[in-house]
Amino acid sequence: MAYSDKVIDHYSNPKNVGTLDKNSKNVGTGLVGAPECGDVMRLQIEVDDATGIIKDAKFKTFGCGSAIASSSLATEWLKGKTVEDAAKIDNMDIVEELSLPPVKIHCSVLAEDAIRAAINDYRTKNGMEAMVFDEKRVH
Amino acid sequence: MLKLPIYLDNNATTPVDPRVLETMLPYFTKHFGNAASRNHPFGWEAEEAVDYAREQVAKLIGCDPKEVIFTSGATESDNLALKGVFEMYASKGNHIITATTEHKAVLDTCKHIEKLGGEVTYLDVKEDGLLDLAQLEAAIKPTTILIAIMYANNEIGVVQPIKEISAIAKRHGVLFFTDGTQAVGKIPVDVIKDGIDLLAFSAHKMYGPKGVGALYVRRKGPRVKVTAQIDGGGHERGMRSGTLNVPGIVGFGKACELCRLEMEEETKRISALRDKLENALTQLEESYVNGNRESRLPHVSNISFKYVEGEGLMMGFNKNIAVSSGSACTSASLEPSYVLKALGLGDDLAHSSLRFGLSRFTTEEEIDYTINAVKETVLKLRDMSPLWEMHKEGIDLTTVEWAHH
Repeated sequence: MAYSDKVIDHYSNPKNVGTLDKNSKNVGTGLVGAPECGDVMRLQIEVDDATGIIKDAKFKTFGCGSAIASSSLATEWLKGKTVEDAAKIDNMDIVEELSLPPVKIHCSVLAEDAIRAAINDYRTKNGMEAMVFDEKRVH
Repeated sequence: MLKLPIYLDNNATTPVDPRVLETMLPYFTKHFGNAASRNHPFGWEAEEAVDYAREQVAKLIGCDPKEVIFTSGATESDNLALKGVFEMYASKGNHIITATTEHKAVLDTCKHIEKLGGEVTYLDVKEDGLLDLAQLEAAIKPTTILIAIMYANNEIGVVQPIKEISAIAKRHGVLFFTDGTQAVGKIPVDVIKDGIDLLAFSAHKMYGPKGVGALYVRRKGPRVKVTAQIDGGGHERGMRSGTLNVPGIVGFGKACELCRLEMEEETKRISALRDKLENALTQLEESYVNGNRESRLPHVSNISFKYVEGEGLMMGFNKNIAVSSGSACTSASLEPSYVLKALGLGDDLAHSSLRFGLSRFTTEEEIDYTINAVKETVLKLRDMSPLWEMHKEGIDLTTVEWAHH
């Protein structure tokens, strides 16, 4: 299967690989997937207290090229967004941007799950209620 | 000069040796006759060429030319052996013994036989991929008609103890069929010394053309018969009808001859390259060779690089190096290799595996290039892997509660 140019670009030059301090109050961490399934994503956001804007985002991913590209793209999109707007990122936006084929849609779902898990980690750390999301299950 | 891309997926298929192609070419345009045309020189020429190729094939596996049935490839040979024996020996019994690490051509044929009223025992293998012989013997019942165990595995290259298996089969009066697709032409296979009753193999895994293979069917001690699965003009002693693929068969014969003559020298060179590759790559932390390293084909290496995913790993160099992975990220099921899982590997290690298959044409330069490219990519992806980070922090990943999706 041939990858799209955008997937190859994110894979070859991933944006925002790294680790934020998960114990910091401003940092939300989402760890989703499982090694047995062949993909694990860890996505972290750092939120500016005053503005509620995500000022930094980092990822580390174990998975195929599409999983790596999906998480790299997600961190790019997260930066500069408010937490509320970040919660609106839809996996199909990622599918479209990266031209993912049907067998790789689960990679985008995983990225969406990771964003939401990171947001809720941040919210619960700061005394807010976790947001409730519709379940999206492709497999 | 190093020429890219490098082909290291020779368990999937091999290039046709130029010497093989050269032998085949006249049989497309000049000597194009039907080997079954008995009444004119075109037919005689074709028949003669097929007879000669049959001898070349027979010589490689140490049998009589009359015992070679030409087919379209190993999948057809597997089907003919299993279904043919099941039908032919129905009055004797309906039980077949095989193993979980067999090729799909055997496993799916067995599934089909089960639907037809057959009973099939699928034996597990040990952690190193080898069969437990005591378990095999214990599985034999009065209704057992066939033991079907592959000579060498296509994913890990592990070579089964064929002589011991055939001895067990003989002791119990059960026929022994082996899928030799990966082994024939690469290591010495002798149907007499090995005690094989039926042997399936294919040309395109040994530098011959695609679309041609053979089934060896023993004629003496015991005389084995299979019910034809393709009916028609009664070719191949009635066991496989259909006009013979003369150019393909000619190429198959030549490929067998070259393997027989060059195997010994070639094996030394290829296994040295394989070992160089394997030793260099297993210097990486947390990398493991899958399957028994002693009883193994000389040209295969299957390695798991823990904490990186196989498909993602291949993407780092698959423009320049062709290998295959036990990860099944592209398949709809998302299930990793059933062979690696049968060795007791966790899904995570199965997802992290690469199979390297070398060939007659592999050069040292190509191996050096591959070592560097794979190492570099593994290190790069580990820097990007949350699992590697957790491992380095001393977290036991088996204790983590993963959100299964």
